[in-house]
Amino acid sequence: MQPTSNAFKENAHLALNDATLQRAISKLGFQAARAAAIARLPEFDKLREQARAIKDHVLANLDLYLERYEAEAQKRGTEVHWCRTPQEARDAVLAICRRLGAKTVTKGKTMIGEEIAINDYLEENGIVPVETDLGEYIIQLRHEPPSHIIAPAIHLTKDQVSDTFLTSHRQYGKTRRLEEAAEMLAEAREILRAKFIAADVGITGANFLIAETGSSVIVTNEGNGDLTQTLPKAHIVLATPEKLVPTLEDATTILRLLARSATGQEMSVYTTFSTGPRRTADRDGPGEYHVVILDNGRTALIGSEFQDILRCIKCGACINHCPVYNAIGGHAYGWVYPGPMGSVLTPAIIGIEAAGHLPNASTFCGRCESVCPMKIPLPKMLRHWREKEFEKGLTPQRFRLGLKLWAWLARRPRLYRLATRLGMGMLGLAGRSKGRFRTLPLARGWTEGRDLPSPEGPTFHSLWAAQQGRGRP
Amino acid sequence: MSAARDQILAGVRRALGKSGSDGARKALVDARIEAHARNLVPKRAELDRAGQLKLFLEMAEKAAATVARVEHLADVPGAVADFLAAQNLPARLRLAPDPVLTRLPWSERALLKIETGTAQGSDTASLTPAFAGIAETGTLMLVSGPETPTTLNFLPDNHLVLLSEGQLVGPYEDAWDRLRAACRGEAWPRTVNFITGPSRSADIEQQLQMGAHGPRRLHIILVAEGSDGEAQG
Repeated sequence: MQPTSNAFKENAHLALNDATLQRAISKLGFQAARAAAIARLPEFDKLREQARAIKDHVLANLDLYLERYEAEAQKRGTEVHWCRTPQEARDAVLAICRRLGAKTVTKGKTMIGEEIAINDYLEENGIVPVETDLGEYIIQLRHEPPSHIIAPAIHLTKDQVSDTFLTSHRQYGKTRRLEEAAEMLAEAREILRAKFIAADVGITGANFLIAETGSSVIVTNEGNGDLTQTLPKAHIVLATPEKLVPTLEDATTILRLLARSATGQEMSVYTTFSTGPRRTADRDGPGEYHVVILDNGRTALIGSEFQDILRCIKCGACINHCPVYNAIGGHAYGWVYPGPMGSVLTPAIIGIEAAGHLPNASTFCGRCESVCPMKIPLPKMLRHWREKEFEKGLTPQRFRLGLKLWAWLARRPRLYRLATRLGMGMLGLAGRSKGRFRTLPLARGWTEGRDLPSPEGPTFHSLWAAQQGRGRP
Repeated sequence: MSAARDQILAGVRRALGKSGSDGARKALVDARIEAHARNLVPKRAELDRAGQLKLFLEMAEKAAATVARVEHLADVPGAVADFLAAQNLPARLRLAPDPVLTRLPWSERALLKIETGTAQGSDTASLTPAFAGIAETGTLMLVSGPETPTTLNFLPDNHLVLLSEGQLVGPYEDAWDRLRAACRGEAWPRTVNFITGPSRSADIEQQLQMGAHGPRRLHIILVAEGSDGEAQG
């Protein structure tokens, strides 16, 4: 999809004023569920440490783990496709579909699929992609991108879904407007059932690739991923190199963190380990099993200040706990991955120029890092992106000028203290009667949404000096 | 080998400052995989037999599965019939073609129509054997094979699973060890399913709805018989 991250500020503004969107995202209930799940597992923090160590070890030996994974996978009949770019990955998928004469392709939820815009590509080439995750299905009908990596339709209200189904399901003879979520699910289930059975190829993502057995793993609650990969002639997995873990035990350790961090479940309903195509004597399962390993700039992060983002397991905890995301939803971020993990990953994949304001879409409150199961220092990496943005001259002129002025002043402590004392004193005087400012020159952005309290008493510096003079309390 | 493969691997090695022919590093990686050592196993999962049974029942029910406990394998057809009747379902069952299941005394239930094989779109209920039951989270481990087609776990609206008490383990790691022992490396199955409760979705306004694409109901028939012996299935 074409990134619109450069218009983040405008999009965020629209999102804040969109009453329907605000009603929809107010239902986000993952925070409390996560807290309760973690309270039930005293070892959670120790598991986080171990999970981080597992991924760091893999990244330090990623070449060898990729080779071992490939060897084990091939031994069991898997075809592994290495792709540097989204175009290479799209072509690999299309070639398989063409060879099998595929007309329809069912899809489990895959963020890599979004990243390479596989649906558009298949459509352009006369193959019908059908999303089967309920949320993904809804947004496919609406021609929208997902707004959350684990809850793709979280930006929609029940009424909007009802309208969408009424319009899109007429072709199946469904003409009644549905009121309840349960009815909508039942209708989607019935329609998709036929699609599952008719599909020629099934595409899923991967939560892990396991070097020990050459397996890929998917985690779902609906069971759609399993029907997607079991019924058609071929199963194609879209994965990336950093999904590698050494052993089943290592995958298990990270699985103990994944669902708890994501939805607050002890374990997602379906965790499925796939290894090769169906065996000769098997009565069902795909006859072909392909794994596409897409790099798209990821391995270039190894050894850089952004390496830690490669530990990300796409649980969505940072997104669920981000005050910015909770205020504006996912679409304002303008590309595939919203929230803190997205603001770090997006510039790495599409470039800092196209990622626009994303490194600034954060208050640096630190909640993302504190809930991350893989202990990824997200604020620190956002700061690194801000530095790059500044180095490349992408920061707006006025902002750069302000920063330069402040830096000049901050390097002259006496002058700085004098200036702040004078400035604060004057502000204090001016605001004495009301105690606050409704508008202030140079600070309109701030005062537009709230009043600025007028400063009272001495500055921090003079308070500090006075306290030091008195000795420690 | 493809150019993309070579370029990706060379890029990783350059970034790491390591060579691919570094024997010591390779030996370390291979040894780590061969050892497949356990990481931290939560205390909750370290249990004796009675504890495993108690936790499994508790966690499975928390995940919205139902459990029927019977004494003997011969009691299974009755438990199946009871479940179908209680849920007002047709007296039809698609059975995994596993001898443990097909040899059960189904003829005593003359009204129950039994078919074996892979799942068909019209099936309302299936019965499949579990490979293990994991107490830690009330999770079933099912393994694909000629006698255990995977479609039976997902297509029918009602999934019934046969589990014996002897197949219960505490943590997932014990289940992996049992599977490794059963496969001895080579015959690793195409699909291993961890199943924790019935299918669900909260994609519309975060309201939890059961039966999204997979089974609406997951019913576990837990058999006490054979609990001293080896795992079946």
